[in-house]
Amino acid sequence: MDDYTSGSDSDYTKYWIDWFLGTKGNEYFCEVDEEYILDRFNLTGLNTEVQYYSQALDLITDNLDENLNEEIRDIVEKSARHLYGLIHARFIITTHGLTKMLEKFKKCDFGRCPRVLCHNHPLLPVALSDIPYTKSVKLFCCRCEDIYNPKSTRHASIDGAYFGCSFPHMLFQVYPQLVPPKSTDRYVPRIFGFKLHDVAKQHRYQDMIREESHARIMAGIEGLPTTAVVVQSSTSARDVQQQNHKNNKSIESATPTMTESGAMADVN
Amino acid sequence: MSSHDLHLQHQQQVRDMRNAGDVEEEEEEEEEEEEQLQGEYAADEYYGTDASNDSGTESMPWIAWFCSLGGHQYFAEVADEFVEDDFNLTGLNSIVPFYKEALEMILDLEPEEDSTKVPDVSIVEASAEQLYGLIHQRFIVTRQGLQQMADKYQAGHFGSCPRTYCQSTNVVPCGRYDLPGVETVKLYCPNCQDIYSPPSSRYHNLDGAYFGTTFAHMLFHIYPELVPNIPNKIYTPAIYGFKISEYSRCGPRMQWLRIKQDPNTLDASGRLIKDAKEQDENDKQ
Ligand SMILES: [Zn+2]
Ligand SMILES: [Zn+2]
Repeated sequence: MDDYTSGSDSDYTKYWIDWFLGTKGNEYFCEVDEEYILDRFNLTGLNTEVQYYSQALDLITDNLDENLNEEIRDIVEKSARHLYGLIHARFIITTHGLTKMLEKFKKCDFGRCPRVLCHNHPLLPVALSDIPYTKSVKLFCCRCEDIYNPKSTRHASIDGAYFGCSFPHMLFQVYPQLVPPKSTDRYVPRIFGFKLHDVAKQHRYQDMIREESHARIMAGIEGLPTTAVVVQSSTSARDVQQQNHKNNKSIESATPTMTESGAMADVN
Repeated sequence: MSSHDLHLQHQQQVRDMRNAGDVEEEEEEEEEEEEQLQGEYAADEYYGTDASNDSGTESMPWIAWFCSLGGHQYFAEVADEFVEDDFNLTGLNSIVPFYKEALEMILDLEPEEDSTKVPDVSIVEASAEQLYGLIHQRFIVTRQGLQQMADKYQAGHFGSCPRTYCQSTNVVPCGRYDLPGVETVKLYCPNCQDIYSPPSSRYHNLDGAYFGTTFAHMLFHIYPELVPNIPNKIYTPAIYGFKISEYSRCGPRMQWLRIKQDPNTLDASGRLIKDAKEQDENDKQ
């Protein structure tokens, strides 16, 4: 990554955030509002996450003392990028942050779904862990509801914690009109025009699961008070698990804090 | 100058033209995508020496040259004997324009004297590409072709699945149609059994028919050991650690798509054999 502090020549930018957003590989990030950063309440707990926290914050807000020795400046620079990422993760699930990311989504700044049957549906960044330094950022497609690796290595090495596990789902909660119609289209492998027997069986099994869940949803929505429709905690986790009730009864212990479904994986 | 020399010269010009075009495209891509496909590197090297050493291409057989071009890494080298056997080309003469000239080009044969009716070598060049592609579709489902493609698969020449839970498992090229001109090449993942667009735009003009609908599935049928064994995981959306209820409008609706079930545990109608038995017993009571 380019060094901001030594970039004194032609492409020198006045504001650190502008420089950061303009740096190649940072296309997924949006501009965090200055007011958001300046409100210390929003940064609660981050001081223990980054080295030279206050200097890093000063650098982000363009208030850093010029008379720092080079060694420390380098660390501060690194810390500033990390800190910005962590603030970013919090900001993009605020009302204003969501609108900023929505604009980027509409411009397809995060790329398009590589799955052929998703017909180039735009993607959104998502994490598999909110803890920094654990997993790199992934891309969520709301059409197939699956996650993909970014194409470019630059994007593939960004820390997922700078976007968080909740962000895309929060966006769709707030803008449900963005949820595309779901399709039952599926790729059917063929050999000389003939379907493969084993694959056909699996597809019938998948269809059965889909129809069951559809029936459950239709029945459930009728029976539910409208206010309970949004996010449900333990009950929803159990609902997902019920899809597997047939062949696995030992998964009740799965906690609602799981973000990746071990439950569904147990089907196999 | 004999017509063959003329032909060679033309061919050389066209190759140089294409090489130049490819180099440009590559640079542009580096800007955009900075791609990762391992297979490309080997070929790029090849291709680098090619561009710097003009005399190298002349002695190279057309098929080897064609497969070494940037963006042609997915192709196997079809054996000459396969192309020379008319039986393998049945029906292609009605699909490919300038069939005879194209075939001569592929086999590096001297064109016949009356070839003056062909307006431009680049037209034959395009026909040769299409003819090669369609022969290729047939070749890669033969024992020899499958072996070559299996080697390429294992060497990672086709790239990997973009789906996170497929853990970068290797993919194979495939078409959704066997007729040329309908759709470009796609990549089939043997783990999620789904198809994806190639990540690099250099493959976005490559006809899917050159790989065909059968090859990918034939490959894993003949070489079942190539099918990866990756634990099945399905992404479940959550907000603040809480799974989103399926009753929500944004709740999960597509998890069925990624469910995998050992076909040996299913009956013909797709029911779990276990369940089917249970149900039958209940019916009896
Ligand atoms: Zn998708
Ligand atoms: Zn896959």
